[in-house]
Amino acid sequence: MQHAVIRPGESALLPCLARRAEPVVIPLLALLAGFAAFSLFLVSQGKSPVQYFSLVWLGGFGSAFSWQNTLSRTAPLLFAALCVALPARLGLVVIGGEGAIVLGGVTAGALGAALIGSGPVIALPVMAAGAMLVGGLWIGLAGGLRHYRGVNETISSLLLAYIAIALMNHLVEGPLRDPTSLNKPSTAALPPDLRVGNIPGLDVHWGLAVGVTCCVLAWMLIDRTTWGFAARIAGGNVRAAQVQGLPVGRLILGFCVLAGGFAGLAGMFEVTAVLGSANGSLVAGYGYTGILIAFLARHNPLVIIPVAILLAGFQASSGLIQRRMDLPDATVLVLQGFVFLSILMSEALYGRLKPFVPEKWRA
Amino acid sequence: MTRSTPAFSRRSFLSATTALGAAAALGLPARAQSNMTVGFIYVGPRDDFGYNQAHAEGAAAVKAMAGVTVIEEENVAETIDVQKSMESMINLDGASLIFPTSFGYFNPHILELAPKYPDIRFQHAAGLWTDGMPSNVGSYFGYIGMGQYLNGIVAGHMSATKKIGFVAAKPIPQVLLNINSFLLGARAVDPSITCQVIFTGEWSLAVKEAEATNALVDAGCDVITCHVDGPKVVMETAARRGAFICGYHADQTALAPDRYLTGAEWNWAGVYTGMVQTVLDGGMIDNFVRGGLADGFIKMSPLGSAVSDAARAQFEAAKAEILAGGFAALKGPLNDNTGKPLLGAGEALVETDIALESMDYLVEGVIGSTA
Amino acid sequence: METDLGLWSILIAIVGGAIRVSTPFLFVSLGELLTERSGRINLGLEGTLVFGAMSGYGVAYLTGSAWAGVAAASVAGAMFGVVHGVICSIPRVNDIAIGIALMLFGMGLAFFFGKRFIQPVAPYLPSIPFGWWSDIPQIRAALDVNVLFLIGLGLALVISWMLRTTRVGLILRVVGDSTDAARAMGLRPVPIRIAATAAGGALAGIGGAYLSLYYPGSWTEGISSGQGLMAVALVIFARWNPVACIWAALLFGGAGALGPALQSVGITSGYYLFYAAPYVLTLGLLIATSSPTRAMSGAPGELSITK
Repeated sequence: MQHAVIRPGESALLPCLARRAEPVVIPLLALLAGFAAFSLFLVSQGKSPVQYFSLVWLGGFGSAFSWQNTLSRTAPLLFAALCVALPARLGLVVIGGEGAIVLGGVTAGALGAALIGSGPVIALPVMAAGAMLVGGLWIGLAGGLRHYRGVNETISSLLLAYIAIALMNHLVEGPLRDPTSLNKPSTAALPPDLRVGNIPGLDVHWGLAVGVTCCVLAWMLIDRTTWGFAARIAGGNVRAAQVQGLPVGRLILGFCVLAGGFAGLAGMFEVTAVLGSANGSLVAGYGYTGILIAFLARHNPLVIIPVAILLAGFQASSGLIQRRMDLPDATVLVLQGFVFLSILMSEALYGRLKPFVPEKWRA
Repeated sequence: MTRSTPAFSRRSFLSATTALGAAAALGLPARAQSNMTVGFIYVGPRDDFGYNQAHAEGAAAVKAMAGVTVIEEENVAETIDVQKSMESMINLDGASLIFPTSFGYFNPHILELAPKYPDIRFQHAAGLWTDGMPSNVGSYFGYIGMGQYLNGIVAGHMSATKKIGFVAAKPIPQVLLNINSFLLGARAVDPSITCQVIFTGEWSLAVKEAEATNALVDAGCDVITCHVDGPKVVMETAARRGAFICGYHADQTALAPDRYLTGAEWNWAGVYTGMVQTVLDGGMIDNFVRGGLADGFIKMSPLGSAVSDAARAQFEAAKAEILAGGFAALKGPLNDNTGKPLLGAGEALVETDIALESMDYLVEGVIGSTA
Repeated sequence: METDLGLWSILIAIVGGAIRVSTPFLFVSLGELLTERSGRINLGLEGTLVFGAMSGYGVAYLTGSAWAGVAAASVAGAMFGVVHGVICSIPRVNDIAIGIALMLFGMGLAFFFGKRFIQPVAPYLPSIPFGWWSDIPQIRAALDVNVLFLIGLGLALVISWMLRTTRVGLILRVVGDSTDAARAMGLRPVPIRIAATAAGGALAGIGGAYLSLYYPGSWTEGISSGQGLMAVALVIFARWNPVACIWAALLFGGAGALGPALQSVGITSGYYLFYAAPYVLTLGLLIATSSPTRAMSGAPGELSITK
C-alpha cells in the first residue's frame, strides 16, 4: 500500500474519501454492468428488462410483504456466506458449507426431539450448540485435512458435503425417523415451544437477527482482534506467518470450526423456524448461494449483509417473474451468473481508476 | 388396524358438490365469484412426463374455464420457498384458491400459513387432512394403487421370468402401497411372481434411476414400473434393455410404444375443474377428498400393442370390478415380506381404507425392505 | 431367459455400471486435466457439462443426428472454456471463483434454454455389443459399450503421449509449471492457457452430451449428479496423469453402481450410505495419498490449489 504524500496545510480529506470510495463504487459499477449485460440477454430473448427489474422491485422490495419475503430468505444466506468468508481470510476456499448446514439441521432436529418437554430455555441453546458443534467439526475436518495432511480444502469440503447429505438422508429416513411423518420422512415434529418464532412486528424469524449479529461479530474478529490480524497475515503468506511464529494450524482450525459453526446455526434455524423438524428439505442450496455472496462481498462480513439481502430479493421476486413474464425459474441463475462474473472481473480495476488513486491526481 | 370400513366416502367430493347445489336451491347464502385467480405450484418442471405434468394438465383444463385466471410456478422447493410463493400469489396476484401439489408442502408449510389467510382456500394433493387442522385447507388424492394393481395384472401375464421390478424413490406409504399393489396384481395372475424393488433415495435423480433400472433387468425382471417424479428415464432405459414397461403418473406410451403395456395415470382435469367450479358457484369443497377410477381421479393408459388377449381380458374384468366399488387388493391371509401376519383369512383392506395411507410394510413376494 | 448368477451378478453389475457411468467422468476429468496442466483450474465444468447435455440433446433432436449433438456440445463447451480462459487472464482475477460463477451461469443458461427440450425424444448415440460371445444376457448388457467410452479411452492415451513426447505437450507442461520459464523460452502463456481451457471445456461438453444422448439418455434438469464438480477431485486423484484418469473414472463409476446392485441381491438397508461410497472412497484415497510436507507429485507448479 502506498500513501500519498500530503503537504503541510493541504487537506487530507479528499484523498482519504477517494480511497474509501473505491471499494464501494467499483462493486456498484460492476453490479450495474452485470445488470446491463443481463438486460441485453433479456432483450435478445424478446423480454423487457424494464418489466423484469420493476418486477424484482415489486416482488423483492416494493412493499412490506415483499421486504419480509426477502428478509425471511436472508437468514440462511448470511450464515452460509460466513462459512465461506472466514476461511477465505486464511486463503482457503471452502465450498462445502451445504454439508455443515444439513448436519447442523439434523443435529438440532434430533436434540430437539430428545429434549421435548424440557422447555425452550434449556432445549434451544442445547440445539444451537449441538448444531454449531457438528457443523464446526465438519468444516474443521476440511481445515484440519488441509493443514495436517495437505488435502485441498475445496475438494475435501465438496466431498464432505455429498457425504453429509447422504448421512442426513440415512438418519432422517432410518434411525431418526418419526413413524408419524408419513409422506415426508422427518425427525419428530418439534412442539410449539421449541419453534423459534418471528421478530416482533415482522413476519421474519429470529434467524435474521442472529445472522446479522454473527456478521458483526465476525467482522470484529477479523478487523479488531489480534487473531483476525494474524489470520490476515497467514492468508497473505503462510510461510511468512510461520516465520513470525504465528500458530497457522490453530488459526486454520479455529476459523474453519467457527465457519462451520455458523453454517450449523443456519441448519438449526431452518429446522426450528421453518421446517419444524429435520428432513430432506434441508438440502436447499443455501451453501452454494453462500459462496456467491461471500465472493461478491469480497469476504467482508459486514458487506455480506447487504449482498445477501440483494440476492434474497432476487429469489423472492423469482416466482412473480415466472408468473408474470413467462420466464423460466432459471432466469435468476442467469442473472446471478452475469452479476457474479462482472463483480469478479472488476477486481482488476482496483488501483487503476484515477479518481480513486490520489497518487495519480497530479500526473 | 381398521378394516374395510372407510372413514370417508370416496364419493364425498361429488356428494359435497350436489349438496351445495341443494344448499343454493334452498336459498342459503352463497357467495358467487365472477372472476377468480387460481394458483398452481409444482415441485419440479411441469413437463416431466410425470407427477408435475399430471397436475399441469389439470391446470390447463382449469385455464380453459370462463372467469378463471390461472397462475403457475414450477421448481418450488419444500422450504420457505413454497410459503412465500403462496403468499406472493395471494398478495401480489390476488389468488383465492391455491393448489400446492407436492407431498412436502403440506406439513408444516400449508398448515402454518393457512390460519393467516382464512379467506384463501388451500387445496393440497396427497395430504391427510384431519379434524383440528385449518378449515380452509383441503386435501385430495386418488386411489392410484388400484392403477398399479391393474398394471400388475398385465405385468403378471407378460412376464416370462415371473419376476417384475419397481424403481422407487423413497419408502413412504404411497410408494409402498403402489409397490404392494403392483405385486398383488401380478399375483392375481400367478401367485409365484415376485417383485424386486430398488430405492433411489431421491424423487428425481436421472443416473441413479437408470442404474436402478439396469440392476432390476440384470436381476431378471422383465416388466418394470416405477414411482419417481419423472418416469421418463426409467421407461426409456427399461425399454432399451428389452423389458416391458408399465407407466406411472402420466401417459408414457410415446417413449416406447412397442414395450409400453399400460400405465396408472392421474386424471386431474376433471377433478380440478370440478373443484374450481364448486368455488365459483359459491360452494365449499370438502376438506378431505379421495377418489378412484370410478370417480375419474385416475385413469389407465390405453393398452399397448404387445399386451396378450389373456392379459387384456383379465385387465378388463378387474377394471370392471374396481369400477363397481369396494375392491380390495390386499386380502387375507397375507403376510409382510418378513413373515409377519398382516391380514387373517377373510380380512381385507378395500381401496378406500384410510389405513392404506399409513402403510409401512412390503407384502410377501416383494424383494426389498422399507428401511 | 435370464440366468440367476447370485453374487456374481454384483460383480457384473459393477463392471457394467463402471463402463456406463464412467464415461462422463472420464471426459470431464481429461478436460480438467488439460486445463490444469496449463496452470489453471476450472471449477466451472459442472456448468459446462450441464450446458453440453442440454445443447447436445437439443441439437440432436432438431437435426435428428446424435453426432451433430455431440459436436454442438463440444463447441458450446469450448466457448465456456474460452470465456473462463479470457476472464482468468485479467490480472488478480481468482480462477476458482470464476469457475464457480461459470458453473452457475452454465446451469442457468442450460435450464433457461432447455425447457423446450424436456419433452422431445432425441436419437441415441450408438453402442458396440462386445458381449456377443456370451449367452448370459447380463454380461451382454454390461459389455454393450458406447462409442464415446472407447473414444475417451483412446483420447486418454493420446493425451498421455502428447504430453510426454510432442512439442505441444512440452509447451503445455512448461506453461503449467512456471510462467517465468515459459516466458524465458519465448512462449506466451496467456493464449496457451486459454486454448487449454477451451479444449478442456469441449471435452466436458462431450461428457454432458453422453449423459443426455446415451446414458441415462434424456434431458432433465437433474441430469447431472455433480459429475463436473467431481472432475477436479478425480484429476488430483489421478495425479494429473491421463491414463490414471481412466482408472479413477472407472473406479468412481463402479462405486456408483454398487448401491443399486447390492439392493438387487437383497442387501437393502442403508442404501443412502452405499450411494455415498464413491465420495467416501475418493476422500479416503485423497487423504491416504496426500502429504503436508511435499507438494503433490505430478502437480503443475502454477496450479493455485496445490501451491
